[in-house]
Amino acid sequence: MAERTAIIGSRVGLHARPAAIFAEAAAEAPVEVTIAHEGEPADEALDASSILSLMGLGAEYGSTVVLRAEGEGAEAVLEQLAAILETDHDAE
Amino acid sequence: MSQAFTGVGVSAGRVIGSVRRMPEPILPPADGAPLPAGSSPEAEAERLAAAAQAVAAQLKERAAQATGDAQAVLKATALMASDRTLLKSATKLVASGTCAESAIWEAADAVATQLSALGGYMAERAGDVLDVRARIVAQLRGVPAPGIPDSDEPFILAAVDLAPADTATLDPAKVLALVTSDGGPQSHTAIIARSLGLPAVVAAPGTTALADGDQVFVDGIDGLVIADPGAAEEHLAATYANREELPEFSGNGQLSDGHHVPLLANVGSGVDAQLAAAAGAEGVGLLRTEFCFLGKDKEPTREEQVEAYGAVFAAFGGRKVVVRTLDAGADKPLPFLTDASEPNPALGVRGYRTTLASPGVLERQLEAIAQAASEHQAEVWVMAPMISIPSEAQQFAQLAKAAGLATAGTMIEVPSAAMLSGQILQRCDFVSIGTNDLTQYTMAADRQLGALAELNDPWQPAVLHMVAATAAGAKAAGGKPVGVCGEAAADPALAVVLVGLGVSTLSMNKRALAPVAAVLRTVDLATAQRLAQLALDAESAEAARSAVRAQLGELDRFGL
Repeated sequence: MAERTAIIGSRVGLHARPAAIFAEAAAEAPVEVTIAHEGEPADEALDASSILSLMGLGAEYGSTVVLRAEGEGAEAVLEQLAAILETDHDAE
Repeated sequence: MSQAFTGVGVSAGRVIGSVRRMPEPILPPADGAPLPAGSSPEAEAERLAAAAQAVAAQLKERAAQATGDAQAVLKATALMASDRTLLKSATKLVASGTCAESAIWEAADAVATQLSALGGYMAERAGDVLDVRARIVAQLRGVPAPGIPDSDEPFILAAVDLAPADTATLDPAKVLALVTSDGGPQSHTAIIARSLGLPAVVAAPGTTALADGDQVFVDGIDGLVIADPGAAEEHLAATYANREELPEFSGNGQLSDGHHVPLLANVGSGVDAQLAAAAGAEGVGLLRTEFCFLGKDKEPTREEQVEAYGAVFAAFGGRKVVVRTLDAGADKPLPFLTDASEPNPALGVRGYRTTLASPGVLERQLEAIAQAASEHQAEVWVMAPMISIPSEAQQFAQLAKAAGLATAGTMIEVPSAAMLSGQILQRCDFVSIGTNDLTQYTMAADRQLGALAELNDPWQPAVLHMVAATAAGAKAAGGKPVGVCGEAAADPALAVVLVGLGVSTLSMNKRALAPVAAVLRTVDLATAQRLAQLALDAESAEAARSAVRAQLGELDRFGL
């Protein structure tokens, strides 16, 4: 199981636009990825490719989330997805 | 054989086009309705997945055609339609024997409730989830998706009435005219039609019979919709299409005798203000401050307020900006000020009245306005909405002066205030008539009800008598200024009447500046006064309108 933490970089939190960008990328990944608030048990983690789960997570700007995935290339996938979370998409 | 439907013309123009009906809203399926006879949970789950995918594909396609913010929103909604978590929980319900429609309805409900509980921005997205849900159910039922129909050709949109959410997605390049069976002259449909410059007829009950593809003539001037138009209608539409182009507004509203009538703009944001200034507005007659704050669940901070007001003041350096303090309540609820459970919100604690229930909010707003005013060059006036008695005007003026704002006035929207405008003006510096609410309260007719459209018309002679009484009070109080900032000021013929009744300034949406200015230039003050008298003496709104319009030949020349 690969694990990677990321700090939310979008000023308004993981709302519709950043969540859409992230969910799309997670859906395209070759492995299944989950997302949870830091400190929450892994079995309560949510499907990272679900925009509704991401929005329901309510991850605010500056908060830390944990990404998890299993399988070949998991590390690289998480690295790429974490980078998306850490970007401020509202600044673009 | 052509067939005519009578309604109320709320935005000028005459066009012929093909009808697209606004689809019926999607009715909720029964709670936990069982699988269709002969179906299996597996087949039903597949039907649901296929419908969700189809909706996602439609939204993606629309996203590809859109740009900017609209594209981002459509992309996000497309992802919601194919969301795995949503589908999983709906599929679970299907597995337990629920039909696809009920399953997706219930599953989306849970998501929307969760988002609403998060508040703020996420709560607003709950509406997107419900929209996606309605689209999936429409797809399952094989009926048109809710919302404004998609069409390659421009069309005439026919609906029962349009909600603010519908009008937000209305593309003026695709829609030729609006026709509604319900709604009145002050409905959202009417307001959006005027701001987009689209011909519109509302409260035309017969138009529910119109179907997709029907050819109709829409006459927003005379309030007529004619199916299967003939040569006469074609001629009218062609004449309208060839109307003389309105001269651009010069930035100086006046009558033919040089009598100056400042033409101001109604605005709700800094962007609005810039556009209004570019259109020649001589100032702002109504800054609706609540529009900066709708959707907030708590009182905006001083910094947020100073920035929002400052953006408007910056666009009108050296000119007048009339700021209306928060007008919450009725159709514009603000959770931190208004009580949503009032049985009759239009007659409830709204406008200035909220200051009694929530002391401090108004004081802090006035301080923020004063600070923003000190940072800019605009001449800032403030006014309070929903004033009913002279003592309220006095209290407001004292609060404004205490905050350092020199010019304080009140809105005249309640008949009692119109009757006592003289006393009110002994206690403050100016008044501004809000004709939308003044009409609703004078006629005791809810402005959103199509069935009361005839009553809810600012041409009603009783409403004009209220305006005349207000102007008389102002004269008695030493000639203090009387403005009009309701939709009435945007009707060029009515604008002439208002000036004749003694109104000194007119404030309107920026699109109305050019037509109003052009028509005012064709009359002198004596004529305006004579036409005002004709309207006061008329026995109905229709009679007042026809009598005045018959004397304003220039209206036809410009197709107004």
